[in-house]
Amino acid sequence: MYDLSKGADWLNQWLNGFCPAWLTVTIECVLIGVVLLLAYALLALFYIYFERKVCAAFQCRLGPNRVGPAGIFQSVADMFKILIKELISLKHTDKFLFALAPYLVIIASMLCFAVLPWGNGLQVIDFNIGIFFLVAVSSIGVLGILLAGWSSNNKFTLIGAIRSGAQMISYELSIGLSVITMVALAGSMSITDICMAQKDLWFIVSGHIPAIIAFIIYIIAGTAETNRGPFDLPEAESELTAGYHTEYSGIHFGFFYLAEYLNLFIVAGVATLLFFGGWMPLHIPGWDAFNHVMDFIPSVVWFIGKAIVLSFVIIWFKWTFPRLRIDQLLHLEWKYLLPINLANLVLMVIVICYGLHF
Amino acid sequence: MVSLIFGIQNSTLAVVAALTGVALVALALVIAGLISPKSYNPQKGEAYECGIPTRGASMAQFKVGYYLYAILFLMFDVETVFLYPWAVNVRSLGTDGLLCIAVFFGILVLGLAYAWRKGALEWK
Repeated sequence: MYDLSKGADWLNQWLNGFCPAWLTVTIECVLIGVVLLLAYALLALFYIYFERKVCAAFQCRLGPNRVGPAGIFQSVADMFKILIKELISLKHTDKFLFALAPYLVIIASMLCFAVLPWGNGLQVIDFNIGIFFLVAVSSIGVLGILLAGWSSNNKFTLIGAIRSGAQMISYELSIGLSVITMVALAGSMSITDICMAQKDLWFIVSGHIPAIIAFIIYIIAGTAETNRGPFDLPEAESELTAGYHTEYSGIHFGFFYLAEYLNLFIVAGVATLLFFGGWMPLHIPGWDAFNHVMDFIPSVVWFIGKAIVLSFVIIWFKWTFPRLRIDQLLHLEWKYLLPINLANLVLMVIVICYGLHF
Repeated sequence: MVSLIFGIQNSTLAVVAALTGVALVALALVIAGLISPKSYNPQKGEAYECGIPTRGASMAQFKVGYYLYAILFLMFDVETVFLYPWAVNVRSLGTDGLLCIAVFFGILVLGLAYAWRKGALEWK
């Protein structure tokens, strides 16, 4: 498999050839920033189009089909539309917090985005506690949402924000515990190590039954964490107009929209990393010829492909299940997912200690 | 040892990613500020509620049930943080480690059972 970090090394050497060290580092940092920004924006545009097409297919409609072939430029047009909308400044808001909230939401998703393993050697931040860092920074997003709802000085936004806060912090426990379950199996918190441990067999297969239970819990909690699907009551449009971002207009609203779609990708990406081998190709032990053919597909394609399949599943939830009530939502987490998750963690450790996994 | 991208420190890269987020928001706001229309109307500054003027303060006290879940979350989240170092070393600690963590786990489960019994998990 081609190691993409070789390209980065080559660039580094080439720049070092004629630049002083500080300039090289600055150029590389700016380069990383630009690449991140482009990938972030392009992925968000793709996801908006993807979700609209999938929704249309579920409802036997055509979806966007006018702007460009099969409507692929619809989300680009929408982006420009949202940029030329007026930014309304409200009278009674807390101006500072109102402006701060979108920054927090975007920073949280950008940091998570940079931690994901995009391919072989193509990962921006690679801490030795990578997955822990990811869980930690993803919870900054809750702050942004709470601030947005509180500072808008509107009853709908307040209810939406408090609901969203209760939901996101509750389901964060489940995410944390299923991550611990998989960390125990991998024996490391470094994202590279977690990928490498799945070289021969993905964790969903090698982890036996506890890995499958952890995956199901993770995907439920991840759906709740992104405020989507059956758990979209923070922005239940029939009762709260638009939830916590009711008062945001124009591109200000666009930031929340952007972060929501990117969080969908991040949840799917982390599920890919923990359960479906990150950027590792599909390998079946013993089928050497098959494994060799699979190695020819670039690692970036594997990662993004798996993440898109998983996000399709999350979008599928949205059109399959009816919206939950707030008490049902909290009961599901605290009375079912949390105890099952704790028992599952013990089961996983027993499986590891006695070598019952594949 | 993991090979770092361009040999730059991870903490620097984390700051770069955070700054990229700030740059995205700031750039988009500047562009929107330049090309979006501006008009003034006193009605525009009002809260978007139901058409009639808003009554009372909106930054109000809120249902206590949510805070109860927040406190429970705080407890359990801190406890899950303590579980991470053990999870990394599960293989080397083996059965002994499992027995030791069982005490910690027992307290955690007892806490959950207590909260459940007290009715803290009921939505009232």
